[in-house]
Amino acid sequence: MGRRVAIVGAGMTKFVRRAQETGKELAFYAAREALNYCGMKLGQIDGVVLGSAPDTFDGVHMKGEYLSDGAGAWGKPYMRCYVGGGTGVFSVIHGWYHIASGAFNTCLVICEEKMSSFQPHPQAAFLTIFDHTTERPLKPNLLWIFALEMNRYMSTYGLRKEDIALVAVKNKNNALDHPAAQIAAPVKLEDILNSEVLAWPVQRLDVSPVSDGAVALVLAEESIARRVTDKPVWIEGVGWALDTAYWTNRDLCYPRYVEEAARMAYRMAGITDPRHQIHVAEPYDPFDYKELHHMEGLMLCGRGEAPQLTVDGVTRRDGELPVCPSGGLLGVGNPIAAAGLMKVAELFYQLRGEAGKRQIARKAKRGVAQAWGDLMQVGTVVVVGI
Amino acid sequence: MKQKKETMPVLPGTGLKDEDFKKGRVLTTSWNADARYAWDAGVAIGRYLAGLKQGKILGVGCNKCGRVMVPPRIFCEWCFRNIDEWVELKDTGRVNTFSLCYVTWDVKRIKEPQIPAVIEVDGASPGMGIMHLLGEVDPKKVQVGMRVKAVWKPANEREGAITDIKYFKPI
Amino acid sequence: MALKQRIEQVGNVKAWFGELPVESLYTAGVGGEQFFRTLKDEGVFTGTRCEQCGIVYVPGRIFCERCLTKLDRWVKVGSEGTLKSWTVLYLGLDGKPQAEPEIVGLIELDGASTVLVHRLGNIQPAEIRFGMRVKAVLKPKSKREGAITDIRFFEPV
Repeated sequence: MGRRVAIVGAGMTKFVRRAQETGKELAFYAAREALNYCGMKLGQIDGVVLGSAPDTFDGVHMKGEYLSDGAGAWGKPYMRCYVGGGTGVFSVIHGWYHIASGAFNTCLVICEEKMSSFQPHPQAAFLTIFDHTTERPLKPNLLWIFALEMNRYMSTYGLRKEDIALVAVKNKNNALDHPAAQIAAPVKLEDILNSEVLAWPVQRLDVSPVSDGAVALVLAEESIARRVTDKPVWIEGVGWALDTAYWTNRDLCYPRYVEEAARMAYRMAGITDPRHQIHVAEPYDPFDYKELHHMEGLMLCGRGEAPQLTVDGVTRRDGELPVCPSGGLLGVGNPIAAAGLMKVAELFYQLRGEAGKRQIARKAKRGVAQAWGDLMQVGTVVVVGI
Repeated sequence: MKQKKETMPVLPGTGLKDEDFKKGRVLTTSWNADARYAWDAGVAIGRYLAGLKQGKILGVGCNKCGRVMVPPRIFCEWCFRNIDEWVELKDTGRVNTFSLCYVTWDVKRIKEPQIPAVIEVDGASPGMGIMHLLGEVDPKKVQVGMRVKAVWKPANEREGAITDIKYFKPI
Repeated sequence: MALKQRIEQVGNVKAWFGELPVESLYTAGVGGEQFFRTLKDEGVFTGTRCEQCGIVYVPGRIFCERCLTKLDRWVKVGSEGTLKSWTVLYLGLDGKPQAEPEIVGLIELDGASTVLVHRLGNIQPAEIRFGMRVKAVLKPKSKREGAITDIRFFEPV
């Protein structure tokens, strides 16, 4: 579909709870790192795509315009995209069709978030997720939605908290080898299970942190990609889908919007048996149960079966199908839009054998990254290959 | 082109602690957006709220897909056409999922948990739920699938709001 | 219900009142920290220079927006400059008439490529000319906080 597009460079900042840098400076760091990685100059970039979540986090109205200089977009065609947490992967999709369409030869894709500006706590900025008339008068908080979804998932399939918590153990430990990691820690299962109950069944260590950070990728069409690097990582499939915003009208036990986005991406990439044709996966993991939820939506296993794969060690870095070798949001951090892009960057490093201590044991030629968010109903998926 | 090998580089970015702010080690400015709104309830929710004031939960029906939906809307989002009728639903239902929440929206700890839940309302299509709270129930005894009934505010205290239902309790 | 149908009974629709509690705390950033600390402690204006593009950014920035080079060459610029544009504000932020009209201008400090927006003082609107020379009037050092308000206003030279 369209011209071949490859990722040729990646860069990011540290993910931290509160950055001194302004959003512009964070964006600049990531853009600079990505350009340095592949030795390209800003002048060689035809267009820029920026992904960033609600303006309320940074507290800057029209955040896209505000970040444009740090994103390297001065004097260039510039586009901002946004689907909440799904933005990170969505921005790559935008970058992809900029080039696949033939309109651009190169594109810088960049995501930034500075959530720490929001007082008293960034979590409160999510209040707008709830309907202002039929839900906010009940004084809800963000945790409710996740807890309600997690409980539905667990009740429907009879899942145990202990098995779900293994995801947090895996990812937080994986993140010890990630240079950007904010809360990597050598945690054990007991640490997760003994952590403070926030909104049962969600406990403190089941949740990813609030973060500031930025990530950038450089995309190029085939002939430029082959000149810039001998290991271009091809974007082989893209997919995105939205379910109803009436989140209480659908069954929360299964993310069918992830499946629809995955089907679109797999069809483009020629994948008919995801479980075996995908070699490494980076699904969105803001909570430990979400990695499992999304693995099932990505059809990497049957419904309700993801916990067993974790228990069996299949999803470890030395397993058959490593999942979140980066350490995910649970270990590296969750600067909303940048988190998803971090996952695509991870696949970039993994497929090229450049993930350092995080490098998975098996040979990987195909990977899938997925992000989620918005009103808890968007699925964005990208399949990459080398 | 020379490619950098990523082993464990030091990435840019400066993390700050609470202390840095309290001790004025970094310069800051603050802003309160003071964003106040008068949201139009809309035709459908306006009527829903009017129904709540009367002690009723209203839904709408689409003849094409056959769904009975709540909260009400003026068009069916599946068939993308106007809804055909308004339906009075029961004020009972089944707990689809619930949580026991020990923190408030601004991250303060509370002792007695709030119990938010998605309640599938009787009279609406299966899976059609609304979010509300559960009350008059021991948190340890709440179960998915439990049958519940709305506990309303007395008629003279109702305002035409979702809070005209105080909570749902087990029946 | 078609768009052109009227609501006959006003009581059927209503407004729901609420707010979005948005309170933000902004850091000055790495560039801002340097610029405002220098303004606070020394009472001078500084910027950063991009050798490649020949631009001096004031307040100083850590990167050039045109070539995305990291900038770490800080230079001092003058406290005097040229007025590039101005306006007189008769209404306040709340839309009500102000007791005293406020004058706001764009000032290009000597040596800077960028302009600062700030108030003009000790001048009447009729006296203002495009291109006129103005200078910064700072708060006394003890009252400065490391903020743009450390400049009280710009007045004619």
